[in-house]
Amino acid sequence: MRWNRNLALGAALTGVFVLGALISFVWTPADYTVLDIAAKLKRPGDGHLLGTDHFGRDILTMIMVGARTSIAVALVAVGIGMFAGVPLGLAAAARRGGLLDEVIMRGNDLIFAFPPLVIAILITAVFGASAVNAIIAIGIFNIPVFARMTRGAALPLWSREFILAARVSGKGAARISAEHILPNIANILIVQGTIQFSIGIIAEAALSYVGLGAQPPTPSWGRMLADAQTLVSIAPHLALIPGFAIILTVLGLNLMGDGLRDMLDPRLRERSA
Amino acid sequence: MLAYTLRRLASLLISLAVASLVIFLVVEVAPGDPASYMLGINAQPDTVAALRRELGLDVPPVQRYFDWVRGLVRLDFGTSYTYRTPVAGMIADRMWISLPLAVYALTLSTLIAFPAGIYAASRRGKAGDTAVIGLSQLGVAVPNFWFAMMMVLVFAINLRWFSAGGFPGWDKGFWGGMKALTLPAISLALPQAAILARVMRSSLLDMLGEDFMRTALAKGLSRRQALWRHGVRNALIPVLTILGLQFSFLLAGGIIIEQVFFLPGLGRLVFQSISQRDLIVVESVVMLLVFAVICVNFLVDLAYAAVDPRLRRRA
Repeated sequence: MRWNRNLALGAALTGVFVLGALISFVWTPADYTVLDIAAKLKRPGDGHLLGTDHFGRDILTMIMVGARTSIAVALVAVGIGMFAGVPLGLAAAARRGGLLDEVIMRGNDLIFAFPPLVIAILITAVFGASAVNAIIAIGIFNIPVFARMTRGAALPLWSREFILAARVSGKGAARISAEHILPNIANILIVQGTIQFSIGIIAEAALSYVGLGAQPPTPSWGRMLADAQTLVSIAPHLALIPGFAIILTVLGLNLMGDGLRDMLDPRLRERSA
Repeated sequence: MLAYTLRRLASLLISLAVASLVIFLVVEVAPGDPASYMLGINAQPDTVAALRRELGLDVPPVQRYFDWVRGLVRLDFGTSYTYRTPVAGMIADRMWISLPLAVYALTLSTLIAFPAGIYAASRRGKAGDTAVIGLSQLGVAVPNFWFAMMMVLVFAINLRWFSAGGFPGWDKGFWGGMKALTLPAISLALPQAAILARVMRSSLLDMLGEDFMRTALAKGLSRRQALWRHGVRNALIPVLTILGLQFSFLLAGGIIIEQVFFLPGLGRLVFQSISQRDLIVVESVVMLLVFAVICVNFLVDLAYAAVDPRLRRRA
């Protein structure tokens, strides 16, 4: 079946990078804080599996530790989006048509008017560039995404019989949302989480590319690309390898998202196939 | 339609007011005093005091906010601290690169995505469809600034068809300017086209299942005629919303692409200003970008309502 292939391929691709990031906590091929100018700009294979950069640092090490940065930033940003966005969406759906619903949804629209990069620029201009500020910038943008998704998925459930039964049995809106609505929309949220995760990886790379993300010496894929820019004509592998790392991770997450969606909601399989 | 327009106009104004308040407050809560922040840690107290007066920081925040907004309405964004020139003029100069770049990219993205999406939907499940889906899956995963670097490597460094960056200026001729913006526009457009093609395809597939399509075929239209006259037209409605959203992504995405190609647009202005701690410029550019996004979404909503009367009643 189709979903099996997407999910398996996606999980395998993502798994490689997650594994690399985890291994980097206990072992890396070299030390990324040690500069070895004599061994700079080595091609892949020449004593270093993926070559070295302009400071002679091992690129495989940089990719592994960089994966840590990317995954941590994107994961925490998804967490912020879910923990703030899902309750807001549930509340909006529970008070559908009311003032609270209106306030939450207009607030969402407002955040959407700030493109994530613009939020990041504003935050870094005021508070300085750091991985934490990058997380906040990406996380803020995730809030309306989850709020909207949650509200949209929860609304049709409120008119279903099993919710009516729960209301008749005397449960309040908050309890119904937590006990009956949330478990029924968890599928959609997991799929959306995977997609936002992949968007977060790209966003983190973009922010650190322009110097607004993790600061040196913490390796990050985006800054590896920024460093590679002036050297791309003499050492293309400096740009190719981090680029492939980003593409494969994002592709893996997107395939996983597609696979999960098809698996969790068979009705959608028809459309996307 | 008039009532709808007025209602949307009111919410547009509220959005702009709240957005300006948010931006003002974020800059306001900046750790420490903006004047000493801009001057750095070694500044003399009287220099800081002088700058405070110059920036109008000695008046209460509420009045400062209204002064700022009054200035914005009159297109007076204040004076850049670093360059000692009006911010409005600096923005106007840079805009002539960023705006054409966004429009150029949006045009390219539409020209690529519409045919690709329509083609895929009309060949659903066949090899052509699978190829479009696969390419768009890949396109979504490619960061545009990395793609831009690869374009520079191939088309500027190896083939020497384009220059690797910089901008000759529109006064040196329209085509020279367009040529300098071509690689940046392609880099911005392709990943966006991947998303747009997917939306176009699935929107069109939804339409193909509708009753009116069956009617069109039953009354004797060929598949191709039915697809174009009824399918594509109706499928364009959701695509329009995505196009509006993409415009804001292109404006913001342009900020990064400008870095790759050393284009002197709004993006370079904003990053220079960040490193020079020129908060007034950052504040103004951010406000301008948000203003553009809100206005474009407003126009999209209006266009949407003009095309689909059902929406006027609902919102």
